[in-house]
Parts: sequence; C-alpha cells; structure tokens
Amino acid sequence: MSLLVAFMVLFFLLRLLPGDPSASLLSVGASPEQIAAARAQVGSDLPLGEQFVKFLTDIFRLDLGTSFVSGVPVADEVGERLSVTLPLTLMAFALAILISVPLGILSAVKSERWYAQVLSVVSQLGIAVPAFWLGILLVLVFSINLRWLPSGGFPTRGWEEPLDAVTKLILPVVTVALIMSAALMRYVRAATFDVLGSDYLRTARAMGDSFAGALRRHGLRNGAIPVISILGIELGSAFLGAVVIERVFTLPGLGSMLLLAIEQRDYPNIQGVLLLSTLLVLVVGFIADILQRLVDPRLRSERARI
Amino acid sequence: MSETTTIAPAQRKPAKSRSAIFAIGLILVGLHVAIALTTVFWTPYGAMETAGMRLEAPSAAHWLGTDRLGRDFLTLVMIGSRIALIVGIGAVGIGAAIGVVLGLLAAFATKFLDDVLAAMLDILIAFPVLLLAMLVVAASSEASLWTATLALGIAMSAIVARLTRILVKRVLQNDFVTAARTSGSAWPSIVLRHILPNIWPTLIVNFALQFGIAIIAEASLSYLGLGAPLPNASWGRLLQEAQGTVYTAPLGAIAPGIALVSLVIGANLLADGMRELRDPTRSTQR
Repeated sequence: MSLLVAFMVLFFLLRLLPGDPSASLLSVGASPEQIAAARAQVGSDLPLGEQFVKFLTDIFRLDLGTSFVSGVPVADEVGERLSVTLPLTLMAFALAILISVPLGILSAVKSERWYAQVLSVVSQLGIAVPAFWLGILLVLVFSINLRWLPSGGFPTRGWEEPLDAVTKLILPVVTVALIMSAALMRYVRAATFDVLGSDYLRTARAMGDSFAGALRRHGLRNGAIPVISILGIELGSAFLGAVVIERVFTLPGLGSMLLLAIEQRDYPNIQGVLLLSTLLVLVVGFIADILQRLVDPRLRSERARI
Repeated sequence: MSETTTIAPAQRKPAKSRSAIFAIGLILVGLHVAIALTTVFWTPYGAMETAGMRLEAPSAAHWLGTDRLGRDFLTLVMIGSRIALIVGIGAVGIGAAIGVVLGLLAAFATKFLDDVLAAMLDILIAFPVLLLAMLVVAASSEASLWTATLALGIAMSAIVARLTRILVKRVLQNDFVTAARTSGSAWPSIVLRHILPNIWPTLIVNFALQFGIAIIAEASLSYLGLGAPLPNASWGRLLQEAQGTVYTAPLGAIAPGIALVSLVIGANLLADGMRELRDPTRSTQR
C-alpha cells in the first residue's frame, strides 16, 4: 500500500516538472511534427491516467526505460552507478554505528565527566556542519597537506581495481560516517538516558545486579528499540544524501547520475534513480520494523498509530 | 557506587546553564543579523567588484584574501549572512504556512482522508529535504534566490504538517475542546482560541531547528549549483567556487563554512534554550 502511494507521489511529482521531456532531446529548431513524434515515442502524449498505468506495469517488468540523452537502458546505468553508491553508503553506515553506539552510551553513562561533555559538544557541532564542507576540510587536511589520500575520483574500471577503488572511497566514507554518527550519537545517548532512568533498571539494581550487568541484561534490549528505527531512517537518508558527497569527491555514483539527469531533464533517468531510492528507503524501513518486533515482543501485537 | 550517582542529576541540568545556552544562541544569531543589516548599505568592497589581484593572501586590505577573480572574500562571506537569513526565514515561513494548514486539515479530516494524508507525509518525510528541494528547483526554469527558498519551504512543509497533525490531535483530546464544542463554538474560533495557542510554543521551537536545517540544505543546493547565482550567492556557492582553488587559497574554503556553522549552531542553541525555558522538566535529549 505505502509502496503504491510512494509511486503515485513520485509519478505526479515528476509530471509537475515543466519543460517537455521530449523537447530537450531535439535541437532547438525541431519542427512540430518532430516534437509530436518524439512525444509519441516517449509516451508523454497519452492521458495522465494511461501514463500512470504504463508506468506501473513497466516497473513490475523491471523496465525503467532508456535514457533520452545517452540511449542507455536506465536499469543498466543505475546498476553500474549502484556499485559505487551502495558500498559507500553501507561502509559509512557500519562505521557510523561503530563510532556512535559506544560513544553515545559512554556519554550518557558518564555524563558528568569532562570527556562526555566534550562528546556532546562535538555531536552538536556535527549536526550543524554540512556534509560537503566536512568533505572539503578532510580533503584539505588529508589530501593537500598530508598527501595521504586521493582527493577524489574513482578508477575507470571500477571494482576491477579493488585497491584503488577502496583507497578512493576512504575519505568519502569517513565524511558520511562522521556526519551520521553526530546525529546517531544523540539518539543513542537519549535512549540510554531513558534506560538509566527506568524503573526496571532500578529494580534490577535493587535486586543486587551490578550496574553493568543490569544494563547489559535489561538496558540494551530496551534501548535498542528507538535506536533501530532511527538507524533505518538514517540509512535511507545517507543513501539519498550521497548526492552531495559524490559531488565533493567526483564519484560516479547514483547521486551524480541524478544531478546530471536533473540538469538535462532526462526523465527516465531521474525516475529510475528516484524509484530505486524510494524502494530502498521503504525496504530499509520494513526491515527496521521487523527488527524492532524481534527485539521487543510487545510490538508483535498490533501497534497503535499515533 | 560512583556509577549510581552519575545517573540522576544528568537528566536535568540547572536552569542557569539553560539560559546561558539561550544567550549564546542569541549572540550568535544576533551577530549574523547585525552583519546582514550592515551589508544592506555597506560592504568593504562591491560584491562583484574586482577588488584586488587574483587569489591574494589575507592582508590588511583583504582580511580573508581574494578569490580567483580578485573579489574580496570577506565581502562575499558577509553578504552570505544576508542570503542565509533571507532564505532561512523565507523557507521556514513558507513551510510553516503550508504545513500548519495541511496538518490542521489532516487532524480535522475524516478518518480515510487523514490516513491518506498521513501516509503521504510519511513518505515525503522519508526523503531528505535536500532531495525534494532539488526536484522543485529542477522544475523551475532558472535558479534564483526565490526558487531555492520556495523549494526548501515546500520540502519542509511535510515535517511541519506531520508535527502539527500530531499536536492538534493531542489538543483535541482535551476537555476544554470538548466543552467548547458542546457549547456550540464554531470550528474557526476553536482553532484560533484553543488549538493554535496550545501548539504554538512547540511549533516555534521546531521552526528554530528547521531554520538551521534550511540553511544547511540551501548551502548544499548552492554547492550543487542549484542555488542563486552571484551577487546573491550563498556560502554554499562560495564553497563550491573555493574548492577549485583550495590549494592556493584555503581560507576561501574555510571561512564560509565557519560562518554557516556558527549561524546554525546559534539557531539550534536558541531552540534548545527556548524549549528548556518553557518547560524545565523536559530534557533536551533528542
């Protein structure tokens, strides 16, 4: 159901874009007949309802159409671009969890200590820093001053040169991971605070459990529930947010494909990238939902909508 | 032991530090407002003026040096304050206008319409503000300050709408609303007299946070080349241009970022401070 709504929103959002998609592929001096022919080929001369049905059936046949500009099937190009964006996002996500979960718990448990205060200030800073600026700063330090890492680009043969590819992904991955962990840390910290102030933890302590033991046995499971749903949202938005980072490091991923497609009004390409992203966001949300139910049995029964 | 003592006090910080946070936020934002107002009638050089040699190092004449066309970096960064405030306030205003109306509609609508609206809002919110804004900008024929502002406002309205919807539903459960309803008050007067005053404080705190989000998103848009062109360029475009000359003029790639971050932090601190001053029992964690 939500998938259908998502596709509808997407479809009509795209139709709202003015500028005839077919007009952009013809030269300026195209005759009306040529434009009409192009529109017929693209299918933008059909009534909206018919276009929508065709749009849906094409999706289910996994046919994303062909690019207006390059003539390459959209699915092929999306697949190729995905081989850059997906590793970037997943590695950044994993790194962000590694950074934010321990630091978040630490900053809540030891909130009175100076290093916890510093952590909290740093995470506040991280939320205010735009990803692309952090990227530029990292380039400034690690590529220009220290000359440790390349400032951007991706091997033309892609993952056939694994060492080169990984080296060039280090800085982008770190950039995305740092920005993500700033936000994540706050959620982990808040969740930990909730657990720390809870009755069940106090009860466990009163029954003679050690602090660390009580936290491990009762706290982790409870604290994980809100964090999992945030993780889902963050993964989705990191995937979509790759647009900017790919520009900073001139990576040939989905983001740069989308940006180029928007500039060229290349409908099928815009559509393809967005479809895939929507699907991914929804799937990730679904997985997060299932995970939450696994962690918390109470959620297995129907959950009330706010 | 020492572990237990750290638990309780951490959740509530003394009110004093909260008003300090508010004050720091006010100073940071106030500084940017002052700079923005100054640029209306005075800047060190003209925005488009070739004020010196290309890529000059910082000097008494050019505190932050010059860019690849010989323009004064300080002038451009100062103008950036004005652009950021215009876009930030404009976008939040547009987002608020659309979002509050949509949220009210959803809260008052029939169950079916409410469900549909809520589902659509959830999906829109799953997309980053930046991506939605990119699409709106792409839809308009030319990039300008207005299109960027409008795009961000539209993109943010979904978040405002969902928040408003939840807040209104919560207020509607109160006895005083039922009382007003049974005593025959008209809907518009219930909205104006009972609902808006109750949800307003929470909304305002949210707007301060969204102001920061809008400014970051606008800088990102500009960085991608989808924002307003010079002389209305924002910090994002300055950073994009400076990235090309980062070897020779690193300050150009640093200063606009610092300006941007200081304004966003200022807005966030204001929001934190407001929330705490209004309701000292609620913690800032979140």
